[in-house]
Amino acid sequence: MDGSMAERVDYQALVLPYARSPDQDAQRPVRHPVIIVGAGPVGLAAAIDLAQQGIRVVLLDDDDRLSTGSRAICFAKRTLEIFDRLGCGERMVGQGITWNLGKVFFREEPVYSFNLLPEAGHRRPAFINLQQYYVEGFLLDRAQALPLIDIRWKNQVTALEPQADGVLLQVATPEGEYRLEADWLVAADGSRSPIRRAMGLESKGQTFRDRFLIADVRMDAPFPAERWFWFDPPFHPNRSVLLHQQPDGIWRIDFQLGWDADPVAERQPERVIPRVQALLGPEARFELEWVSVYTFSCLRMERFRHGRVLFAGDSAHGVSPFGARGANGGVQDAENLAWKLALVVQGQAPESLLDSYDAERVRAADENILNSTRSTDFITPKNEASRAFRDATLELARDCGFARRLVNSGRLSLPCTYRDSALNTPDTDAFDGPMQPGAPAADAPVRAGGEEGWFLSQIAHGGFTLLCFGEEPPDNFPGIRGVPLRPLLVVPAGAAQRQAAGLPVIEDAAGLLARRYDAGPGATYLLRPDQHVAARWRRFEPVLVTAALARATGQG
Amino acid sequence: MLNTDLNLAAPDDVYEALIELHRDLAPEQSRLVNAKLILLLANHIGDAAVLRQAMAKAREGISPAGQDATLRATA
Repeated sequence: MDGSMAERVDYQALVLPYARSPDQDAQRPVRHPVIIVGAGPVGLAAAIDLAQQGIRVVLLDDDDRLSTGSRAICFAKRTLEIFDRLGCGERMVGQGITWNLGKVFFREEPVYSFNLLPEAGHRRPAFINLQQYYVEGFLLDRAQALPLIDIRWKNQVTALEPQADGVLLQVATPEGEYRLEADWLVAADGSRSPIRRAMGLESKGQTFRDRFLIADVRMDAPFPAERWFWFDPPFHPNRSVLLHQQPDGIWRIDFQLGWDADPVAERQPERVIPRVQALLGPEARFELEWVSVYTFSCLRMERFRHGRVLFAGDSAHGVSPFGARGANGGVQDAENLAWKLALVVQGQAPESLLDSYDAERVRAADENILNSTRSTDFITPKNEASRAFRDATLELARDCGFARRLVNSGRLSLPCTYRDSALNTPDTDAFDGPMQPGAPAADAPVRAGGEEGWFLSQIAHGGFTLLCFGEEPPDNFPGIRGVPLRPLLVVPAGAAQRQAAGLPVIEDAAGLLARRYDAGPGATYLLRPDQHVAARWRRFEPVLVTAALARATGQG
Repeated sequence: MLNTDLNLAAPDDVYEALIELHRDLAPEQSRLVNAKLILLLANHIGDAAVLRQAMAKAREGISPAGQDATLRATA
C-alpha cells in the first residue's frame, strides 16, 4: 500500500512551510473546538484520532521541521496497534526493524535473554525500531490526508489565558502575532512545555547523576535484530552499553559515561569514534550519523487536566529511556484522551469524563516511572550497596535461575491496565486471564467476510464495541443516544455462513479469541473506543450493558 | 511473621561461618559476598512480608548519614 517513493522522503530535511491562516486576518479571535500545541508523535496522534472521530482540530507547532536525529526509536506493540487504528501502522512496521528478543551480557558472557512476545497469534511484534523522524513523517502524511486537521507551522504560543469555558491564546508567526480561542487545549509541547510554564505549573521528580552518550552510526554489521545490553564489558569497563538496530543500516549505541563526564567534549568525534571502535574492532568501517550526550530524569505533573487544558506526553511526565516508555506512553495518552474529548466536544458525555483521562494516565505514568526508575537503579547504582547488589545479581545470574529474573536492563513498555478506573464496571461473574476491566484488549487472528484478518482491526472504528460470543446473535441491542456502539458477534471457525446477514460477525479462526477472553457461549465484553475492556459478563443482559456504557462515558 | 527468637541448632557455628566467609576479603569483596548471600536467602525465604519485616528490623535506629546520587528535578 505504501509506494517506494514515499519511503525515500528525507523526513529530517523536510521543511514544512508556514502559511497564513485566515484566522490571522479576523477582527476577533477565532474560536476552535480543539487546539493541539506540538506536532510531535503525541500531538499528531491526538489530532488524527480526533479527526477520525469527526472533530475539527487546529495543530500548532513553533517549528517548521520534524525531529532531527533518531531520538525515540523503540515503538511497542500497543503503540503499533494504535498506529493501525490511526491508519499508519502498516507503514511503520514496513519501514521499521521488528524485534522480540533481548540479550544481556555481563563482562563477556551472555547471562540472560528474554522474548517479549513468546506466543503467536498477534498481528504486531513486541517492538519495532524506527527513527522518530519516520514516525513523525508517517503520522504527518496521515494527518495531512484528513481535511479536519489544520496544521500551522511556525505558530508559537507566546501567552495563554485560561477561561471557564476555554482558553485564549496569543500566537506568534513570521508575519506577526494573532489571537485564537479554544474550547479545549491539548498541550503536547514536550518536556520543556512552554504551556506548562505559562500556566505556572511544574513537573517534579528526580534526576539521576549519570550521563549517557548516544552514538547512532551507519555501518554494515553482523549483529542480529535484537536488543543487546552489556554490563561492564571489556570494551567499556565498569559501565554499560546498549546496542540496537535501526532502519537504513543505522545502529544505536548507548554508552554509559558516568556523572563526571564532560558533556561537550564527549560529543566530539575524536572521543566518540574510539568508543565505537572499541566495541566493533579497529577495522570496522562506520560513519557517525547523530551524537548526543544526555542525563535523564523521572518526573510528572501532579495532574494532567487543568480545567480546559490537557497535558499529554513529555509535557505531563518524563521517564528515563531504558524501558522505551516515553514516546510509547505519550501516544497512549493521546489515544486515551481522544475518544473522551470527542464525546465531550460533541456533547455526548459530561466534561467530568476528562477527569478519567487524568486518573487513568497519571496511573499509567506512575507505572512507567516506577519501571524506568527500577531499571535506572540497576543500571546506575546510587550508592555502594546498590552497586554490590547489582553485581551480585549479575554474577549469580550465570547459574541461579532466580537471579536472571532480577537482572534489569530495562522493563520494556507495556500498556497500563486501568485497574481501579471509575469507568470500569467491576466483574460480577468469574473470569480467568488478563482481560479484566481496564485491560487493553488482546489481539487474535479472526476471519471476517471470508478474509483472514485480526481482531483489533475489527474494533478500530472509534466507538464502543459490544462483543458477543455465541452461535446465536443476541437481540435487542441496547445503547445510549449519541454514544457510538457497534455490536460484533464472535462465532467458531466455519460458523459464519449460518448467521443472518446484517449483524457484523467474525470467526474465531484459531480459537484464540475465546481462549484469551476466557469466553464461552454467551460471554459479552464491552470494549471502549481505545480498545480497553470496560465490562464483561458471562451472559448478555441489555440492562447491564446500558449501565456499563453509561459508566464508561462518565454518566454512571 | 519474622522469627526473632533463636532458630539455629548451633548458633555459634553459624556465626563463625559468617565470619569465616569474609576472611581476608577487601571491603568491596565483602560487600559483594554479603549482597549475594542476601539475594540467595531472600529467594529461599520467598515471603516478601517476612523480608520487609527483616529489612525494617535491620534499619531500626539508623538515621541516614550518606547521600544517594540523585537530584531533585523540577521542570
